[in-house]
Amino acid sequence: MAEITAPAYRVIPIIPALKPGAMEGKGPFVASEKINEAIGFPGQLVEDWHDKAIARFGELLQKYRSLRVYMDACVHCGACTDKCHYFIGSQDPKNMPVARQDLMRSVYRRYFTLPGKLFPKLVGARDLTREVLDEWYNYYNQCSECRRCSVFCPYGIDTAEVTMAAREILDSIGYGQKYSNEIIGKVHKIGNNLGLPGPALEDTLEGLEEDVKDATGIDVKFPIDVKGAEVLLITPSADFFAEPHIDSLIGYAKVFHATGTSWTLSSIASEAGNFGMFIGNYEQLRKIALRIREAALELGVKRIVVGECGHAWRVAYSFWNTLNGVGDGAGEVDKFAQMLQKQLDHRYKQPTHICEFTWDHIQQGNLRFNKSLNDKHVITFHDSCNVARGSRMGDLPGGQFEIPRNIIRSVANNFVEMREGTTHEQTFCCGGGGGLLTDDLIDIRVKGALPRMEALHQVQQEHGVNFMATICAICKAQFTKVLPIYGFDRKVVGGVHQLVSNAIILGDQ
Amino acid sequence: MSALIAILFYLATLLFVVGLLQRIRTYAATPAPLKIPTTPAPTTTSGVVLRMTREVVFFESLFKANLWIWSMGWLFHASMALVVLRHLRYFTDPVWGWVAAIQPFGMYAGLTMLAGLCGLWARRLIVERIRYISTPSDHLILLLLIGIAASGLTMKFVAHTDVIAVKNFFQGWMAFSFQPLPSDTVLVLHLLSVVALLVIFPISKLLHAPGVFFSPTRNQTDNPREQRHLSAWAAKLESEK
Repeated sequence: MAEITAPAYRVIPIIPALKPGAMEGKGPFVASEKINEAIGFPGQLVEDWHDKAIARFGELLQKYRSLRVYMDACVHCGACTDKCHYFIGSQDPKNMPVARQDLMRSVYRRYFTLPGKLFPKLVGARDLTREVLDEWYNYYNQCSECRRCSVFCPYGIDTAEVTMAAREILDSIGYGQKYSNEIIGKVHKIGNNLGLPGPALEDTLEGLEEDVKDATGIDVKFPIDVKGAEVLLITPSADFFAEPHIDSLIGYAKVFHATGTSWTLSSIASEAGNFGMFIGNYEQLRKIALRIREAALELGVKRIVVGECGHAWRVAYSFWNTLNGVGDGAGEVDKFAQMLQKQLDHRYKQPTHICEFTWDHIQQGNLRFNKSLNDKHVITFHDSCNVARGSRMGDLPGGQFEIPRNIIRSVANNFVEMREGTTHEQTFCCGGGGGLLTDDLIDIRVKGALPRMEALHQVQQEHGVNFMATICAICKAQFTKVLPIYGFDRKVVGGVHQLVSNAIILGDQ
Repeated sequence: MSALIAILFYLATLLFVVGLLQRIRTYAATPAPLKIPTTPAPTTTSGVVLRMTREVVFFESLFKANLWIWSMGWLFHASMALVVLRHLRYFTDPVWGWVAAIQPFGMYAGLTMLAGLCGLWARRLIVERIRYISTPSDHLILLLLIGIAASGLTMKFVAHTDVIAVKNFFQGWMAFSFQPLPSDTVLVLHLLSVVALLVIFPISKLLHAPGVFFSPTRNQTDNPREQRHLSAWAAKLESEK
C-alpha cells in the first residue's frame, strides 16, 4: 500500500471544494464465506441479489420509521453538506451526508415511489445495478454513523440510520464487510471482540493486580466471575491489553477499590462493544446485548456499570432496556424485563456509566485526589460521537458533556476546551468509528481525522495541550494510529480514568 | 375553462388530501424499534413538544447549520404561511376578522416569499456542493413556487384580476356549483400552478412537512433507562424464546 499521509490543515473555517471520485474504490475487505456463514448471513453475493436487496429494502421500510421518513423528507437543502468529517478530509462529494443518503434514496425513489417509477431522471432515481451496489459498499463503509449531520438537519435526518439500513441490506445478500462481521463472530464464539479467551483474560487480570501492587503497594483487585458482587463491569475488551486503554481499566479498579465497591467482570460478557449496531442488524444487536443479561442474571449483580466505550455506551444507555431489559420501568406483565429489573438496585441508574459512578463518589466526598500528579498534562477533552449525540449521563440533558469534564477538573489542574463547533453536540468523530477501525480503511480514517486534528493542533499551539482525554475505546485506538501521521505523539490520547488513576489517593497515603 | 379548472381543483384536492393522509398513516403505523433521539434531547414529553415547536417554527437545527439557507428558508416558509392564510378570504364569507386583519401583511409577504425563494434558488445554482446534490425536480419545484408567487404578485401589483369574481368562483366551488372565472391568463397560470403543487405534494420531497413530526431523532423522549421501549415486532423476538 502506498504510504498514507495526512491532508493539510485548512484555513478554518473554509469549506473544501469538491473532488468528485476522490474516494472511489472497492471499499474495505469483503467478508469471506466462513465469516458470513458463522453469523447467519449468506456466504457470498447471492445470485438473485437484485431482487433480494429490493425485498429487504422494502421490509426495512416497514420496520423502521426512521428509514421510512428519512427516505421521503430530504429536500436537498444542503445544510449537512459541509458537516461530515469524511467529506471535509476527502472532499469526495459522495461523502456529503445528503449525497451518501442519496445513494440509497435514488434506489428508493426508483422502486418505491410513483415519480421515480415514471420519471426516474427527473427525480434522480436509479436502478439498482451492480455499479450502484458496489458504490453502496464503498461509501456506506466510509460513514462512521457519528450522527453529526443529524444535529444540523432541519428534519433530523440521521445518516447513521441510512448507513445501517444499507449495510443490513448488503449483509442480507452476502456482501458484508470483513472487519465488522469477523468481530461479531468472535464475540459470539469467544465472548469479546478481540477474541481473548477466558484463561488469557484471567492471566491478564492477575498481571494487572501485580503491576498495580508494584506501583502503589496496594492490593487493588481485578475480579472476574464473582457471584454476588454488587457491580458488574462491562467494558470494551481493548481495556484488557491495548494502550492506552488499559490505564483506564486500572483507573476503574482503583475507583472501585477506594469506594469499597464489590465488583466483577464476566468472562461470558467480557465485551461492552456491540458491532451489531454498526451493521444495522437488530438480531445481532440483540443477541450480543443478551450476553450482558445472561451474565447479570448468573452473577446476581445489583448494578451494571459500563466502561469507557462510545458506541457501547450508546447501545447500553439507549438500547439495552429495549434489547435485554437492563434498565427500569418495564410493565408488570413484561416478564422478560421484570426478571432482571427485580434483581437490580433502582436507587441507581441502570446501566450506569463509569463516569457517572466516579462523579457520584467524587460529589459524595468518597474519593481523594492529588491533582498535582497530573500537572505534567495540559488536558483537553474529545467528546466521542456516540456518547455526545446518542446517549446521556446524569439527570440532565447534556450531562454526557459535563460529567467527564467535571471529573477531569477534579483530578487535574490544567484543562482547556477545543474550538467551539468541534466539541459537545457538534463534536467531530475520531475518524475510526462505526466499524471503520481497520487497516484496509486507513486512508479514509486518516482523512476523517482531519477536523479533530485541526482543533487539537490549535489548542496545542495556543495552550500547549499535550493530552487529549476521551472515553471511547475506538477513539483511543484510532488516535493512537493517526496522531503520529499528523505529527503528534501517540501518547497524546488517553482515557479520563487514566487521569483518575494518576491522581487518586489509595489507602492512607 | 372555468369548469375545467373547477374539476381540476376537485381532483387535485382529493389527491392532496387522500395522498397526504395515507402517507401520514404510513409514517404513524411504521414502528420505531429503538430510541434514537439526537442528544442532548428533552427528557419529558412537554420538552419534546417544545423542541418540535422550535424546530417547526424557528428551524432551530437549520439555524445551527447555515445562516444563508436558514434565513432564506425561514423567510420563504413564514411568508408563505401568511400568504396562504391571507387567501382564506376567498373561502370564507363573511371573511373572518383575523383573516381581514392580516391582509396588508399577507400582501407584503408575497414579496418576501418570492425573495426567499430566489435566495434559495441562487444558493442551489451558485454553491458547488448544493448544485451537485440538486436533481431536476429540485429546480422545478422551486420554479413552480416562484411561478405561483410571481403570478400572484402580478395580479396584485401589475394587472389586477377581478377578485370578486374569483371569490364567487371559489364560493361556488365549495358548494359544488360552477361559477365563471375571469378569463385572465395570469390567473389561470396561477391556479394551474397551485393545482400542480397540490398533486405533487404527497409524492415528492414536499413530504418534509408532515415528515418532520415523525422524525424519531426529534420526536423521541430521552428516557430509555427509565422506560422500557419495545416495538411490536421486536417484542415478538422475545416471546419466541
